[in-house]
Amino acid sequence: MAKKKNWYDYLWVASVFYLILGFFNILFAWLGLICFLVPLIMSISGGEKGYCNRYCGRGQLLSIVGKRFSKNLPIPKWIFSKTFRYGFLVFFLLMFSQMLFSTYLVFADAKSLKETVTLLWSFSLPWSFASSSAPVADWLKQFAFGFYGVMLTSTLLGLITMLLFRPRTWCVYCPMGTMTQLICKAKYKE
Amino acid sequence: MKRIAVVSTKNCVSCGCCEKACPKNAIAVYRGIYANVNQELCIGCGLCVKACPADIISLKEVDMVG
Repeated sequence: MAKKKNWYDYLWVASVFYLILGFFNILFAWLGLICFLVPLIMSISGGEKGYCNRYCGRGQLLSIVGKRFSKNLPIPKWIFSKTFRYGFLVFFLLMFSQMLFSTYLVFADAKSLKETVTLLWSFSLPWSFASSSAPVADWLKQFAFGFYGVMLTSTLLGLITMLLFRPRTWCVYCPMGTMTQLICKAKYKE
Repeated sequence: MKRIAVVSTKNCVSCGCCEKACPKNAIAVYRGIYANVNQELCIGCGLCVKACPADIISLKEVDMVG
């Protein structure tokens, strides 16, 4: 029995567009902040896990693609262990801070703009084909390159674990999901 | 005897995949922390079991008293 679809069941289209736009003009990467701020604001202001449960386009995308391509095998237990989930969150936040620091260095004129997108925290891909000629400060562009790398890396991990295990394996260790759950736990002291 | 879904709440990541799969709206994420089954509404169809990415939902036979 299929449920009636709501407008937010199509947010996966936005996720696809986001990834495509990053190949044309890197400044669109800034839009990804929506996927960071909305879940946090929601969980803090009483929306609990509404973002994961209803609006997350990436989760929907993984479900849709996974229906066809996922091996749909049980995930290894360590993936949903607290050690791995919290560990991955900490690692993710460290890498994120490093990206913010690179942005700061460009802002402070200590470094010049590097037009690369870093995949899996190690591989620098030349990305100048999507560089923007907009008259904005270099650090705004640096953040966009860095942030797009974060988004692309997490999408890639999501797709790999989608292929190997369940379609939405990513949801189990998604740092945003872990963070919003922690916020809810703290709010209700569980 | 009736079959119902049981969630291992301590391992739940509250992603809400089960909520989306349930045809009876019998399972929902409680306070953003874990999925909660409404035993009255659950028909034990097992769709949530299949939908859960962490495989932490199982079907259990229960005696329904009253």
